[in-house]
Amino acid sequence: MNDLTQSAFAKPRVVGQRTPRIDGEYKLTGRAGYTGELLAEGMRYGYPVPATIANGVLESLELDDALAMPGVVDILHHGHFESLHRSPNSMAHGDMVSEVRLPFEDERIYYHGQYVALVVAETFEQARAAAQRVVARYREDDGAVVGLLHTDTQGELQESAGTSRGDPEAAFGGAEVKIDSTYQIAAESHLQMEMHATLAEWRDDGKRLVVHESTQGVFFQRNAMARIFGIAQENLEVISHYIGSGFGNKLFMWPHAVATAVAARMVGRPVKVVLPRQQDMTGGGNRPASRQRVRLGADRSGKLTSVIHDSTTETSWVHQYVDACGSATPSFYACDNVSTSQRVLEVNHGTPCPMRAPGEVSGIFALETAMDELAVELGMDPVALRQKNNAEQDPASGLPWSSKHLDECLTSAARRFGWDKRDPAIGSMRDGDEIIGYGMASCTWSAGRQPCEARVELRADGSLFAACGTQDIGTGTYTIVAQAVAELTGTDLSRIEVKLGETSLPAGPLSGGSMATATVLPAVAAAVRDALDAIKEVAVGSGGAFEGSDADSLSAEAGGLTDGKRRVSFAEILETSKLSSVNGKGSAAPGDERSEYSFRSFGAHFVEIRIDPEISRVRVARVVSTIDIGRAINPPTARNQVEGGIVMGLGMGLLEKLDYDPRDARLINANVADYIVPTHADAPEIDVELLDYPDFKHNEFGGRGVGEIGLTGVAPAIANAIYHATGKRYRDLPITIEALLASS
Amino acid sequence: MRTFAYSRADSVEHAAHQTTPTAAFVAGGTTLLDLVKLDVMRPSELVDINTLPLKNVEWLDDGRLQIGALVTNTDLAHHPEVKQHYPVLSQALLAGASTQLRNMATTAGNVMQRTRCPYYRDPAAACNRREPGSGCDARHGLNRLNAVLGGSDACVAVHPSDMCVAMAAIGATLTLSGPQGEREVAFQDFHRLPGDTPHIEHDLADGELITAITLDPPLAPAGSYYLKLRDRASYEFALASTAAQLSLDGEMIGEARVALGGVGTKPWRCPEAEAALVGQPAEMATFERAADIALGGATPLEHNAFKIPLARQSIIRALREATRLARQGGKQEGLA
Repeated sequence: MNDLTQSAFAKPRVVGQRTPRIDGEYKLTGRAGYTGELLAEGMRYGYPVPATIANGVLESLELDDALAMPGVVDILHHGHFESLHRSPNSMAHGDMVSEVRLPFEDERIYYHGQYVALVVAETFEQARAAAQRVVARYREDDGAVVGLLHTDTQGELQESAGTSRGDPEAAFGGAEVKIDSTYQIAAESHLQMEMHATLAEWRDDGKRLVVHESTQGVFFQRNAMARIFGIAQENLEVISHYIGSGFGNKLFMWPHAVATAVAARMVGRPVKVVLPRQQDMTGGGNRPASRQRVRLGADRSGKLTSVIHDSTTETSWVHQYVDACGSATPSFYACDNVSTSQRVLEVNHGTPCPMRAPGEVSGIFALETAMDELAVELGMDPVALRQKNNAEQDPASGLPWSSKHLDECLTSAARRFGWDKRDPAIGSMRDGDEIIGYGMASCTWSAGRQPCEARVELRADGSLFAACGTQDIGTGTYTIVAQAVAELTGTDLSRIEVKLGETSLPAGPLSGGSMATATVLPAVAAAVRDALDAIKEVAVGSGGAFEGSDADSLSAEAGGLTDGKRRVSFAEILETSKLSSVNGKGSAAPGDERSEYSFRSFGAHFVEIRIDPEISRVRVARVVSTIDIGRAINPPTARNQVEGGIVMGLGMGLLEKLDYDPRDARLINANVADYIVPTHADAPEIDVELLDYPDFKHNEFGGRGVGEIGLTGVAPAIANAIYHATGKRYRDLPITIEALLASS
Repeated sequence: MRTFAYSRADSVEHAAHQTTPTAAFVAGGTTLLDLVKLDVMRPSELVDINTLPLKNVEWLDDGRLQIGALVTNTDLAHHPEVKQHYPVLSQALLAGASTQLRNMATTAGNVMQRTRCPYYRDPAAACNRREPGSGCDARHGLNRLNAVLGGSDACVAVHPSDMCVAMAAIGATLTLSGPQGEREVAFQDFHRLPGDTPHIEHDLADGELITAITLDPPLAPAGSYYLKLRDRASYEFALASTAAQLSLDGEMIGEARVALGGVGTKPWRCPEAEAALVGQPAEMATFERAADIALGGATPLEHNAFKIPLARQSIIRALREATRLARQGGKQEGLA
């Protein structure tokens, strides 16, 4: 395996340093083109017509009035659409989609908001107005499954998603102290800032399809579209230069993109579709509701003897999505007897999909609330209970951790928070009308890595160019790629150009799973080294700047090569040899280290809530967190991910809930006024500390990824703080005003 | 496209004659344009009144404050006379919407804003307010946000305004200008209960335009408080709110005004609760009794029963705070 402890990045100058976003100016000045803003010559606008029922059959469409409206070019629908193929929907083959059902495939309506038609018109306003004029007639069927939390139905067991070690049932039966609780979490919306958007254009007489999409995975979309349209991957290009975040619902392609590409072919012009917020929320992905039962057994000292975590989540009728709530549980605590199981239930919603820390964030709410219940039962400090059960190695795999510093996270965050000032007695801490509650929870997310390729050019004008077919979804990927190049070449960041988000570039990974950083940077580093080898060869060659020298005696320094006595810039070396540039290619992939170590990040959140019981008001006042993500490549953007996760966790804990009408499963709060997320006024004082222990076993840069871990553990820390303040144990999220009133 | 005619009103006198029954006046447009885009409102004509000279705030000789229809919510909230003499109005305005919306929204437009009932805003749903005779999906649907006071079988939609709750508590008069000339309507009579005709929301005839709102003389010396309870801290309509004003006579309550938001089908003044406060000791037991009286007629739906205890809490706390401020001589502080 790679012994990376002697990494080139052991003492970096640029990596790990505070670095302003290299694309910041483009975003601030509006020059960063987001998909919804792009224009193409002769472009037409599409606007989907959403089903107004959630379960039934589309019986007829009246289109005459809409077709007669000004500017309307065509209206696509079942019976007036291309015959296509489904995507194989394979993760391994990189063609997974969010919804396998093709648009307009049949007349069955599976969810509110399902597209029944797509209007194409000369302007956006014309398309929207005509879409509102389309009359759809339905036969609404009884028996819509409104949601998991509206039914006692068990759901179907997913054998592949469960795990077991030891004899958890017997250990639970014989445990000295037991917790057996059920937790329910409402379905949530991603509510990413930029709505789903597609601009599709057929070129070369319809042989080649070029698609701009706001996506977390240009290659996945290209591969899926190639299967669906039956054309070669080489004749498809997917482009996504700037993305207004995705949170997981832009990982895999949705039907609007397929419909847009078909529309572009049918009308013979580029077509753009930007989903309105309502449709983005009904059919553009959600975090499914979950019901989880957690059983903990422990001895009187607090040592866990059994953990049994059984989960059910929603899926849809149009796609099988499993939100694996128990996936972190087997690795979380040292315990010999652990099992997890997972069921899914089909409901009449737009299909759920991954949403930031998918599955685990829900599972950790249940597990970390149960741990707080256990601490109360034992009369033990919740931090001490977690320390008592700290897993020194990964109990799921038996492998040592690559790098784990959870104990330091707990102690450091507790100290900064002032946990020692906590009076454990319920409701004992008061300030005027308010009761103060302190709560905490641990957090975790796996550290994955994917294969990746990259390309780097050193150019005669002194600039450097780096390219990779991954995406920057707003997290700062452009900047960390430039940092890596700067680190290895000594070139100033201002001279480095980074290109991402195109399938014409070397194959890059999904921007998801907190894997992009650890995946992309090693490939970029390999490409830089390849380019440096190339320029060294040029330099030592005939007529070169270091003619006759040994290439191995040269090293990169300050944007050039040096032999220790003399430094010549890359530009001058290329100029001397009359070359415009040299090229380097690199690839990187996880290796043998995956069978020698377990890779996972850990951290801890401490939360102060203030509740004013006489007006049923809970506010999160303060969050103090310490997270170990290895090395933060760019500390401000890394911290920003954790802070954003904390605010999102506040929404999960107290506010967010997709409301489906219990009569017919229609989603009734599909807008940003009625689907309540935290505002700035809700954001607490946040103090995030990132430990700095580079994980060189994971990759030579030492970073483990940071997009998701900050969200995990926030909601249980809030619920545990509310328990401390009120003595009421809330096991359903969000913890609403109704719930506070009902138990007061 | 759904087209509409657009014209600019050149004078108040002419504005009324420029319109047709399917026309709408537009000022800030913060409700109207939203609902046009949702296909909920379909005006054939928009008459833009933004250039009319209705932007003054001035004291009348009888001690009342007159507010022009086009004064923005931001300007009104920060107006020194309003902050000093009607702090509850300033607080209510700042508790509503967002800075951007308040910069556009006008005083008369706020009075005219439509309900946030989700079924009203969804053309595919049944709604007697939007489409008379179509039914009411809210009554047996997800009615968490709906009214517990003033509802009917036909409609249980909440009036969403914060500003109007403060005005209901203060007392006010609307000046209307129309084809038949000018007339005045008491604020509490302007918004109608839904009854069998929820689509008739106001006492406003075709072509009539609100030109001014005149506040009753301020209570003095008094304390006042606007308390808005909602899920999050900002940018959300009230689940329950209370505008409370009271003056003290020693330890006894002199005058009292209480109005509720978030729970009624119109801005909800509570005269019986006020009567139960006057002449009573300014203490918690009195506030609790007044709150019970204010909500005595409240009728819960399946998902909004919590609004009754929540409104009770808002009344008691708002009265307690108004009393505290009255004891400090009416000196105000920041928002709740």
